Amino acid sequence: MHAQNQPSDTLQDVKDIKRLMERSSRFISLSGLSGVSAGICALAGAGIARYGIFKNYYSLYNGRGSFADGDFSELKVQLLTLAAGVFAAAFLSAFYFTWRKAGSQGVPLWNYTSRRLFWNMVIPLAAGALFILGMLQYNEWKFVAPACLIFYGLALVNASKFTLTDIRYLGYCEIALGVINMQWLGHGLYFWAIGFGILHIIYGIVMWWKYERRPLGQ
Amino acid sequence: MKNPINGLNKVFESRIRLGVMSVLMVNEEINFNDLKQMLEVTDGNLATHLVNLEENGYIKVHKGFIGRKTNTTYAITKAGEKAFSEHIAALENMIKGVK
Repeated sequence: MHAQNQPSDTLQDVKDIKRLMERSSRFISLSGLSGVSAGICALAGAGIARYGIFKNYYSLYNGRGSFADGDFSELKVQLLTLAAGVFAAAFLSAFYFTWRKAGSQGVPLWNYTSRRLFWNMVIPLAAGALFILGMLQYNEWKFVAPACLIFYGLALVNASKFTLTDIRYLGYCEIALGVINMQWLGHGLYFWAIGFGILHIIYGIVMWWKYERRPLGQ
Repeated sequence: MKNPINGLNKVFESRIRLGVMSVLMVNEEINFNDLKQMLEVTDGNLATHLVNLEENGYIKVHKGFIGRKTNTTYAITKAGEKAFSEHIAALENMIKGVK
């Protein structure tokens, strides 16, 4: 393509090599706004659980002076439904912002790198989900929040090899939070809200600031 | 003074061959379609350059199947890694020389 090696060609070659090495090994379209939106969904979910479902559950107790047989199973159904709803909302909103960013970069969303990222994320997450559902099967609720945090953190650390490396630090924080939560077992919802809500929002803002923000005046 | 062209590999003068090597340096194994998508080239064009790289012993080809569909994957060889590293070193030297 270039008969003689002009200096500009050489520089262009090196730039091409660097760009292709990056683009072919990591999925870099992950948007910071995805983190923020997922965090907002998580906080909203935690709020509904705290001030809607749990408040209602305890008011039943306060009204009657005791729990009825059906109360706990009703609470479980409500919480699981809420969890599924929050997950769907967080996933869809995160997907939307990343889809938009991939579009503006001219990169297909489902390509070699995103496929690799997806599978490396799904394996620890699916293992965690099955583990937690297994615990629920035995009516073991205490460890749900720490298990969510730890498995999610491990999934992020694993995923960091296939996308922006910064996500590794979010993973470390989630794991640490899960481990600390083990010492404060009654407060799972708060730890959950910090890990999935606040940390996501902070991470998302930092990523957006670092990679997506357009400098003023442009 | 050393000739700055020294060490540059003729095979990598083509943008596409340079691209294929860059991708294979950081990915253990990659199939034809993914490679095509990353480099934004046509089937025929890519195939010709892949044959060239294979004949030079820089990449190895593995023909496999997913169900009934052929799935051809490519990987870099030791010789390819060496040749490409030397090419990059030569490019770097040229840039340093220009400064």
